[in-house]
Amino acid sequence: MSPFETVIGLEVHAELSTQTKIFCGCSTEFGAPPNTQTCPVCLGHPGVLPVLNRQAVEFAMKAALALNCNIADVSKFDRKNYFYPDLPKAYQISQYDQPIGTDGWLEIEVNGKKKKIGITRVHLEEDAGKLIHSDQGDGTLVDYNRVGVPLIEIVSEPDMRSPEEGRAYLEKLKQIIQYTGVSDVKMEEGSLRCDANISLRPVGSTTFGTKTEMKNLNSFRNVERALKYEEERQAQVLSEGGTIVQQTMRWLEDQGRTQVMRSKEEAHDYRYFPEPDLVQLHIDEAWKEKVKDSLPELPDARRERYMSSFSLSAYDAGLLTSSQKIADFFDQVTAEGADPKSAANWITSELLGYLNNQGKELEETRITASSLARMIQLIDQGTISSKLAKKVFKELVEQGGDPAKIVEEKGWVQISDEGKLKEIVSDVLQANPQSVTDYRNGKDRALGFLVGQVMKATKGKANPKMVNQLILENIGD
Amino acid sequence: MAISKEQVEHVARLARLSLTDEEVRLYTGQLNDILQFAEKLNELDTEGVEPTSHVLPMANVLRADEKRPSLNREQALLNAPDQKDGMFRVPDVFEE
Amino acid sequence: MSLLKKSLKEIHNGWKNGDFTASDLLDASLKRIRETDGNLRAFLQVDEAGARRRAQALDQRSGEKGPLVGIPMGIKDNISTEGVATTAGSKILEGYTPLYHATVMDRLEQAGANLVGKMNMDEFGMGSSNENSGFHETHNPWDPERVPGGSSGGSAAAVAAGQVSFALGSDTGGSIRQPAAFCGVVGLKPTYGRVSRFGLIAFASSLDQIGPLTRNVEDAAYVLQAMAGHDPLDSTSADVEVPDYVSALTGNVKGIKAAVPKELMGDGIDSGVKDRVNQALEVLEDLGAVVEEVSLPHVEYAVATYYLLAPAEASSNLARYDGVRFGQRAAGENLIDMFSRTRSAGFGEEVKRRIMLGTYALSSGYYDAYYKKAQQVRTLIRRDFESIFDRYDVVVGPTTPTTAFKLGEKTKDPLTMYLNDICTIPVSLAGLPAVSVPCGLSDGLPVGLQIVGRPFAEAQVLQVAHAYEQHGERLPEPKLGGDTQ
Repeated sequence: MSPFETVIGLEVHAELSTQTKIFCGCSTEFGAPPNTQTCPVCLGHPGVLPVLNRQAVEFAMKAALALNCNIADVSKFDRKNYFYPDLPKAYQISQYDQPIGTDGWLEIEVNGKKKKIGITRVHLEEDAGKLIHSDQGDGTLVDYNRVGVPLIEIVSEPDMRSPEEGRAYLEKLKQIIQYTGVSDVKMEEGSLRCDANISLRPVGSTTFGTKTEMKNLNSFRNVERALKYEEERQAQVLSEGGTIVQQTMRWLEDQGRTQVMRSKEEAHDYRYFPEPDLVQLHIDEAWKEKVKDSLPELPDARRERYMSSFSLSAYDAGLLTSSQKIADFFDQVTAEGADPKSAANWITSELLGYLNNQGKELEETRITASSLARMIQLIDQGTISSKLAKKVFKELVEQGGDPAKIVEEKGWVQISDEGKLKEIVSDVLQANPQSVTDYRNGKDRALGFLVGQVMKATKGKANPKMVNQLILENIGD
Repeated sequence: MAISKEQVEHVARLARLSLTDEEVRLYTGQLNDILQFAEKLNELDTEGVEPTSHVLPMANVLRADEKRPSLNREQALLNAPDQKDGMFRVPDVFEE
Repeated sequence: MSLLKKSLKEIHNGWKNGDFTASDLLDASLKRIRETDGNLRAFLQVDEAGARRRAQALDQRSGEKGPLVGIPMGIKDNISTEGVATTAGSKILEGYTPLYHATVMDRLEQAGANLVGKMNMDEFGMGSSNENSGFHETHNPWDPERVPGGSSGGSAAAVAAGQVSFALGSDTGGSIRQPAAFCGVVGLKPTYGRVSRFGLIAFASSLDQIGPLTRNVEDAAYVLQAMAGHDPLDSTSADVEVPDYVSALTGNVKGIKAAVPKELMGDGIDSGVKDRVNQALEVLEDLGAVVEEVSLPHVEYAVATYYLLAPAEASSNLARYDGVRFGQRAAGENLIDMFSRTRSAGFGEEVKRRIMLGTYALSSGYYDAYYKKAQQVRTLIRRDFESIFDRYDVVVGPTTPTTAFKLGEKTKDPLTMYLNDICTIPVSLAGLPAVSVPCGLSDGLPVGLQIVGRPFAEAQVLQVAHAYEQHGERLPEPKLGGDTQ
C-alpha cells in the first residue's frame, strides 16, 4: 500500500446557457464564424461599460442552490487583472471575496461508498476569447465570439482522495448542472472545463503537501488519467526523497503526461479590486425563493423517488437518472399509463443500449414517450409478445409511428387463439417425441425447446405464456 | 524608501511597460515621494471603517437577457492593427 | 461681437427670429478657430466637413427647435464620437475611430447641437495643465505663457476664446472645474451618476463625470438639461428624476445656508485668490445667504487618497491599450514584447507614472496598506460632507489654490502639480455636484468660486452660482480671445 494519501480539489467552469453575453447583448450561440458576435462592449473598446445580465445571475444562483450552497445576501464583482490577447479589457470581471454561493456540497459514490464533497464557492465571471495558432506559423489569431459568455466557476474543497473520486465528483457535478438547465455542460464544446489541484501527504498527516495544478482537462477520461499520472509522478518524487515544486502544468493528452506551464515564482499577481463599473447585488429572501422554486427535482431526489415509489433497483434508478432527459422521458412514459417497472426495463436495457451503440442522443431518435407507453400496454394486454415487441421498439426508434398500427401492418399480432395454438402444439409434440420423453424424464430444458419450436412455427407470434401452459397440459404429469 | 528600484522594475513588468534605466531611476524617486506623501493616511485610525468603492447607494442594476445587434466582422476588425482570415492577429504567444 | 459670445438663450432667440442659421453659427465658430487656434491650440481636430454637413441638415430640420439647435460645441477628446477620431489625448489611440457615440453625444445631437471638433486634454485626463497631452500644449487665453488648466484645458480655452458656444469636459479630481477657473468660464461637475459615462474613456471609473464648460451659468443649465438622466448602458447612472435646471435660476438665494471650510481657505491658498473668494462671499451675504465657517477635518487627506485610488483604477482601465484590437502597435519579438513596447511607446510620462503607482497600490501585499486604506479614508471624507450638509445647503470656497501657473512651472515635480487639485479633489471623492464660476481677476488672471451641493442638487448649485453671477464681478474679455472684429 502506498505510504501517501492523495488530496484532490477541482475547479470547474461551466458556460451558462443565456441567450446573450453577461455584460452586453451579443449572442452566445456556439459555432458562429469568427468575430461575428462582438460589439464595442465585449471588444473592450475605449469608453464602454458593462451591464449585468439578470438571467446569468439567476442561473448562477440556481446552480449554487442545486449544489447546496448558501446564497450571499450581498455579492459583488471584482476585476482580475492580467494581460492576454484573448482578454480584451486586460482584466476579467469576476468575483473575488463575495461570490454568489458558498459552502455547498454534493454526494458521490465510488465502489459502493457514498461520500460528501464540499464546494467552497460558486461565482460568476466572463469567458475569454479563443486563440487559434496560425498553421502557417505567422502568428496567433484571435476570435472574440466567446468573450463575455457568462461562466460559473465551481471550486471544490480538497476533499477527494483518489482520481476515481475526482472523476466521480466531476460526473456528478455535470449531472446536477445539467438537471438545473443552466448550462449544456458539453466538455467537447468547452462549455464545461476542469482544472485540477493535486497533492500527496504521508498517510495520517493532517497538513497538506505541496500541490500542482493541471489546466484544461477536456474529458472525464483525461481528468482521471491526468490525476493518475500526476499522483504517480508525485509519489515517485517523494519516495526518492525529492520535493514537489508548486507549479501549473498542462496535460498533454496524446503523450499521456504533464508539462510545466509556470512555476509559483512566475504566478500571476492579479491585483483584484472591486469593479467600479458595476454596482452590488443584493439578494433578498424573495429572490432566493423565486429561484429555488424554479429548481427541478435533482438527480439524488429523483433516484430516491424511483426506488421508493416504483421499487426500482438502485442500479436501474441510477441509470434512469443519469441524465435529466432520460429521467424526464421515463416520467412521461409512466404518466402515459405504462407500468413503471416495464418502462424502466425498456428504457435501461433497450433504449439506453440503442443510444450507446449508435452514439445518438434521445432527440435524434423517432421514439416518443407515448409510443413507448402504448407499446408496453400492448405487451401487458397480450397483443404482442415481448420478443416481437423488440422489433416494434426498433421500428419506433428508427421510423416512429403508432405501435398498434405497426403491429397490425407487419402482422405481428400475437396468436392467443387457444384452438389454433392447441393445433400447433399438438403438431410440434408429435414431431418431437424424444423431447417429450426427455421432459418426462426430468430434463426441464426440453420444455424450452418445445416452446421454441412452437414459436418458430408461428414466426414468434404465439403467446408464449399460453404455449407454455398448453404444452404442460399435454405432456405434464 | 517605500519602494526599491527592483520593485519598480517588477511593477513595470506587471503593467507591461518596458522602462529605460533612466525612467526606472526617475520613477523610483517620484513614486517614493508620492508614497511618502501617502503615508499621511496612516495618521488616521480607519479600524472598522467601511471602504468606499461606490458613492451611490445602488444595487441590482440588471438588464434583460435580450439580444442586440452585433457588429459585422468588417466593423469589428476596422480598428485592428493587424488581422488575418477575419481574426485579429498577434505575435505568437510564448508562456512566461 | 462674435455670435458665439452670446448666451445660448440669445442665440436661440436670434435663431427663432430667423436672424441666422446653423450654418451661420458654424461659420462664426470656424472663423474664430482660424483666428485664434494657431496661438491657443485648443483643438486636436476640427471636423469641418462633418460639422458643415450637420449644420446643413439642421437648417433643413423643421418642427420644434430646442435651445441647443445649431449650437457649435467642442467635445473633449476622451468622449467617444462615432466616425470621428478619438484619442483621449494619447498617442496610443492614434488612428482609432470609434464605432459608437457616447450617450452624451447621442443626447446632444438629438437636441441639435453641432460637433465642431475634439478638444485637447491631458492624456487620458491625467494632468492639471494640458502639458500632458500626447500631441501639443494648449495656451491660456488670458496669458499665452500660462497653462489653461487641465485636464479639460482645450475645452475651457475654446469656450473662453469664443471658438465654440460650449464644450464638454470630464472631471475626475477637478478636470472641469480647475480649467474653468483658470480660463474664466463656468464649469460644472455633476453628481456622480447624474450624467451617463457610457462612451467616456475611463480614467478612474468611480470618480469620472462628464460636464459642461460654458460662458455663463444659464448655459450650463441648458447643456446639463440635455445630457442628464438615467442611461441603461451605464450601471452607475442614477435613476433619479431630472428637474428643470433653467427654471431653478431665480436669482434668489435668500436664506440659503453656505458653509466655508476653513481648510480650503488656509495657508495653501494664494492671498489674491482668497481676496476674490471673500469678496464673492460678501456678495452672497448681501443677497441674503447665510455664510458660515465650518471644518472638514479629513480634507487634508484627500489628495493622498485620490492619488492612490485614481491611479489604481487607471492602471486597470488603461490595460486594454495593448495593441491588439485598436490604436497603435509597436513591433515586438513576441507577444509580451509587443505589449510592452506598444505601451511604453504609446503612453506619455505622467500616464506611465500613474500606471506604475496604481499597479503598485493594487499589487499583492500592498492592497490593504494603500488601496483599501484610501477607500476607508474616502468614507471619512464623504462623512465630513454629509455632516455639513445636515446643516448647510452648499459648501463654498475657491476652486483652485492659485490662478493659472506658467507653462513648465510644475512639470518637474508631480507632487506639486497634484497639490493644485486640493480644493476640487475632496468633492470628487464624495461624488458631489460642484460648479466653478468666475469671481474676478487676481493679477489679471481669473479666479474661480467653487459651489458644492448635496447629491443631485445641481439645481441648487446652479441657482447659487447664477445669483452670484448676476450680482458679482463680471470678467472682461481675455487677451487672446479678445474681440478682434
